[in-house]
Amino acid sequence: MIHMEYYLVVSTVMMFAGIYGFFTRRNLLAILISVELILNSVDINFAVFNRFLFPGQLEGFFFALFAIGVSAAETAVAIAIIINIYRNIRNIQVKNMNELNG
Amino acid sequence: MDYSQFIYMRPELSLIAVIVLLFFFDLFVKGKARGYFQPLACLLMTVHVLVNVAPSRESFSLFGGMYQYVPMMSIVKTVLAIGAMVVMLQANNWLLRDDTRHKQGEFYVLLLSTLLGMNFMISAGNFLMFFIALELASVPMACLVAFDKYKHHSAEAGAKYILSALFSSGLMLYGISMLYGTVGTLYFDDMAARLSGTPLQVMALVFFFSGLGFKISLVPFHLWTADAYQGAPTTVTGYLSVVSKGAAAFTLMLILMKVFAPMVAEWQTVLFWLIIASITVANLFALRQQNLKRFLAFSSISQAGYVMLGAIGGNAMGMTSLVFYLLVYLAANLAAFGIINAIEQNSGKVDMDDYNGLYKTNPKLAFMMTLALFSLAGIPPFAGFFSKFFIFMAAFGEGFHVLVVIALLNTIISLYYYLRVVKAMYINSSDAPIATFRSDGYTRLSLALCMAGVLLLGIASSVYDGINLFAFGL
Repeated sequence: MIHMEYYLVVSTVMMFAGIYGFFTRRNLLAILISVELILNSVDINFAVFNRFLFPGQLEGFFFALFAIGVSAAETAVAIAIIINIYRNIRNIQVKNMNELNG
Repeated sequence: MDYSQFIYMRPELSLIAVIVLLFFFDLFVKGKARGYFQPLACLLMTVHVLVNVAPSRESFSLFGGMYQYVPMMSIVKTVLAIGAMVVMLQANNWLLRDDTRHKQGEFYVLLLSTLLGMNFMISAGNFLMFFIALELASVPMACLVAFDKYKHHSAEAGAKYILSALFSSGLMLYGISMLYGTVGTLYFDDMAARLSGTPLQVMALVFFFSGLGFKISLVPFHLWTADAYQGAPTTVTGYLSVVSKGAAAFTLMLILMKVFAPMVAEWQTVLFWLIIASITVANLFALRQQNLKRFLAFSSISQAGYVMLGAIGGNAMGMTSLVFYLLVYLAANLAAFGIINAIEQNSGKVDMDDYNGLYKTNPKLAFMMTLALFSLAGIPPFAGFFSKFFIFMAAFGEGFHVLVVIALLNTIISLYYYLRVVKAMYINSSDAPIATFRSDGYTRLSLALCMAGVLLLGIASSVYDGINLFAFGL
């Protein structure tokens, strides 16, 4: 039997790896992947809490399911916008996202 | 299953009906009849507002507590619907341009989808419902921000918006998962009964703040604001700055009061610093802006700080003053954005220097802009003065004296930068001022509505009293 803490360590590492990636990556798609790491770590959290702490109910599992669905929708929109940027400037590097500043 | 429950969801159902009707109109109507798109959309929104304007007296909760209703929510939903309608009026000029003409239907459907998300967000009684509604409000919003798809700055703003939205909702979900882990429920009512303020819950609260803090654009979460506001089409910017922000501010207050009531000391501390940071930092950045949309972005961040002053006390007067503040802010800010939009559509100019000598060529627009900015700055006798006064009173009454003094000092700074625009329009002279033009009927109607709000809301005390009837505190 694997204890709950091990799962939580994995999800926490994923979470902070995602945050680190979000701030350091220089490519829009890599940033998007980092954000996905954050969202997936949350799904693990919900499933683990539900399975180990409140096994009689399904609220956490449902939340994880909905979170997966919603984040897929968000990713679709994000990729559509990134493709749009690529069409405009043939590039998706963050350093080219500098038209708006001040 | 008792289908009569659905009757109670009147605001959402009528909004869905509007969305479906507009969708089918977009799908099946061809040729000349498409010219009626704008009037039809505005008419349907007017019907939607009229159907929902009178709040039901009693509170109820539906679907096992997933959907909750108190009369105050109905008032806020009506305010938001009026805001969306004004934005739709202002959008006409921009939507009829050649590169957006064929996308009219998408604009209305996306706009109303975000409004639907906000309505559900306000009425949510469970964190799952709240999360889905928040995403329904922010995903179509990203599409709206990136709506001018052949312009790089619009796409860039959209990318910045959606990535920040994803990031902050990820952090918020992490907080919610921790809350779930400690109390074992996601229902607001049950959670309020079981929260005890353990360190893990305090951490979860801080994570939770990031989700709504992003939508309200309070200071540590504000970095997307200026870029998204500048790059988005101007009508969308107006919508973002007023309707989206207002819904999130009201929801944050409701959740803090209903769910986090046992941790009131903790969230008051968090909110205290967020308010000080928002008002001060945004004011300092607003001083050096040249682009008017960017300037209003920073002004709206600082206004968000003032709005949250109504929430920090957690009392009934705070709730009344917050909703009243949102209403007044809606009138003033949408007037400012309407004027900027009209000028941008006619001459393509959005910089402060371009507004030099506007009074000579377009005196009416310059005068209305002045009234709107005076109301934003809080100069009597305009509505903004009264809303600021009430919100300061609410916070002062709960003992936040230092906070109110800091906010007051900041109004003086804000007066300086609002007056910079007025000075540009009236005093500075220009060799090439913006040419005289006559804006279209819809824009004039929207500006008339906003001006009525700016001039009358403060003086007609029945508005404040009417909102006050339904307010409740901790």
